[in-house]
Amino acid sequence: MTDMTDINALETAADPEKLRRVAIEPLTRVEGHGKVSLLLDEENRVKQARLHIVEFRGFEKFIQGRPYWELPVLVQRLCGICPVSHHLAAAKAVDQLVGVDQPTPSAEKMRRLMHRGQILQSHALHFFHLSSPDLLFGYDDEVAHRNIVGVLAEHPDLAKQGVLLRKFGQEVIHFTAGKRVHGTGAIPGGVNKSLSLSERDKLLADIDQVIEWSQGALDLAKRIFFEDLENNRRFARIETNMLSLCGDNGALDLYHGGLRAKAPDGSFIFDKVDYRNYGDYIREQVKPWSYMKFPYIKSLGSNEGAYRVGPLARINNCDVIPTPLAEAARVEFRAFSGNGLVQSTLAYHWARMIELLFCAEAIKVLLLDSDITGNNLRTKGEMRDEGIGVIEAPRGTLFHHYRINEDGLVTQANLIVSTTNNNRAMNQSIRRVAADHFDGRELSEPLLNQIEVAIRAYDPCLSCATHALGKMPLEVELVDAEGTIIGRLHKDGSRIVSRCSL
Amino acid sequence: MIRHFTIDGIKVPFQERQTIMDAAMAAGIYIPHLCHNPEFRPQGSCRLCTVKVDGRNLAACTTPATDHAEVKSNTKKLMAMRRTLLQLLFVEGNHVCPACEKSGACQLQAVAYYCGMLAPEFTHFYPQREVDASHPEFAIDFNRCILCELCVRASRDADQKSVFAISGRGIHVHLTVNSPSGKLGDSDFDKHDRAAHVCPVGAILPKHTGYDVPIGKRLYDRKPVSMVGDVSDHEED
Ligand code: SF4
Ligand code: NI
Repeated sequence: MTDMTDINALETAADPEKLRRVAIEPLTRVEGHGKVSLLLDEENRVKQARLHIVEFRGFEKFIQGRPYWELPVLVQRLCGICPVSHHLAAAKAVDQLVGVDQPTPSAEKMRRLMHRGQILQSHALHFFHLSSPDLLFGYDDEVAHRNIVGVLAEHPDLAKQGVLLRKFGQEVIHFTAGKRVHGTGAIPGGVNKSLSLSERDKLLADIDQVIEWSQGALDLAKRIFFEDLENNRRFARIETNMLSLCGDNGALDLYHGGLRAKAPDGSFIFDKVDYRNYGDYIREQVKPWSYMKFPYIKSLGSNEGAYRVGPLARINNCDVIPTPLAEAARVEFRAFSGNGLVQSTLAYHWARMIELLFCAEAIKVLLLDSDITGNNLRTKGEMRDEGIGVIEAPRGTLFHHYRINEDGLVTQANLIVSTTNNNRAMNQSIRRVAADHFDGRELSEPLLNQIEVAIRAYDPCLSCATHALGKMPLEVELVDAEGTIIGRLHKDGSRIVSRCSL
Repeated sequence: MIRHFTIDGIKVPFQERQTIMDAAMAAGIYIPHLCHNPEFRPQGSCRLCTVKVDGRNLAACTTPATDHAEVKSNTKKLMAMRRTLLQLLFVEGNHVCPACEKSGACQLQAVAYYCGMLAPEFTHFYPQREVDASHPEFAIDFNRCILCELCVRASRDADQKSVFAISGRGIHVHLTVNSPSGKLGDSDFDKHDRAAHVCPVGAILPKHTGYDVPIGKRLYDRKPVSMVGDVSDHEED
């Protein structure tokens, strides 16, 4: 097996002109559009492997000049896949703008409920729909069969559970945000509704079944991982630090907490960091070959400071999960690697299903809490000119940072989406796969699929990462390092992107 | 003696000086409209209330009712024409319903639903317009202005202030604020002005708030505009 130094060399080949180029595009069963480019020499040895996600950062510009109170709803247009995460991250930032440090118990619990619903549906979709074909049938299964239709045919019960788990998550979103997509729900300083008794009872009627299915999905994910343990623990494995929010008591918390980063040996790099100071801890590196930036932990520098976010990081980072079934699963998960962190990329699936179970259990806790039907929904404070909201989105830590002027209009915005946080890790994982499996072999679809399997484990939302604007008109300017505009793209309402003359 | 005319075959009584719109409203018959508000002098600019009066297309809000006139409103042709007018309004400004705080309580959206506007037909103009949030309590989002001039009339006739005006010609027509800087914050606009509460769309709105009413409970969530009435009927200061 090649070591880490070898895969770092695969970022940039020495003599690219002499090499053969292979592109995997579009990536299948990944949310959004991205591409992988490989450079191979005559012996089919991989000399360079890169994941490209075109991140335009058009959105930050688009929201300049908009009223801050629109933000939680407006930012949902960032991404059609994970709008709720953006809704809530923006709402947390906007709370600070209106001087609210602590929303009412009912408001916070409604937001947490919405968030758990979103993670539940997102994780279920990813596991059952996007990843289970690889996991159940193997990477070299017939392409025509290696998809959800194949799963439906051979494991109809499983496929049905996936659909119903998702439906339940969407129902939670519907009852908390008013709609399954483009809801409202969170407003500056609180929420606009709580659950009615009938909504609560409707969800309660299904929750035990949801918990049972989630446990089943977790068992399946674990079984698959252990079935081919040696290969699975090594596949696309890289050693990185892990970053996540974590409750101050060390408990898994997807909605709120301090920033915690752990080194591969399990020691803290930092802990309980107020996320409003994220700029002191996280930096973003720019590379000439990628639109998307590469964030890193500032104190460790751009190479040593690489980190991962998402389910793997969160389950590694927390000391405890506050619900019993998920906590038992966490203990087992952590025991797997002794004192250090679990670094197997495919363990993302396992960790993700632990979170699925946590969300199911934690939704039940909220449904049984009388605050969830309460009516003290909103508070107010003194206006401030800066707000930073951070949340653990399904795919990892999500940062929303805004500044406003005295009129209340946005003057500056900075967003770091989960997928950007994992950009470096995903690149390293595909290089690991290339180094371990490609050298000298004739390229085949199953071989290329392994690259995608590695990327899929992270569940990247490329849609979010490109700050796609759905049906919103968008003009994007590409500006070079000197600030000269080198290109301009126009995206109209029909999603057609055209290049405009300068 | 009470005089009558008919709208789509229904007998409607009217009084001296009433327009077709006045009489229809009094009789509870809905004719789609955006620039009309019975509090102010009608101006017939949005043309949505166009009806066929004895074979001629006329704006119901400016046409006097006449005895025995035969008025057609809910016809396929007129509805198609209204949809076209609405489509034009939607592409001429930036109306992004899923992100707009007025969604669900917007008269433009409600009338579009009522008239059966389903899918876009024209290319969007995507004009570049600003938000004026210089006033401490109210903001104007010019992206959503449909130039109905209701604020102009309300400010001039009800508030005696003339805070708003329309300037420019043709495609360049736009709403302006009468103040030294052209900003609302420099005008004598006040949140209790009638002009603050007549905008049928989300162009003139109170600041620091939005989306307060949950989906399902907004003005037009349960009943159509023909039953609910205009936005301004439900706005008090
Ligand atoms: S701001 Fe509103 S009321 Fe005034 S002209 Fe525009 S749409 Fe009409
Ligand atoms: Ni997304």
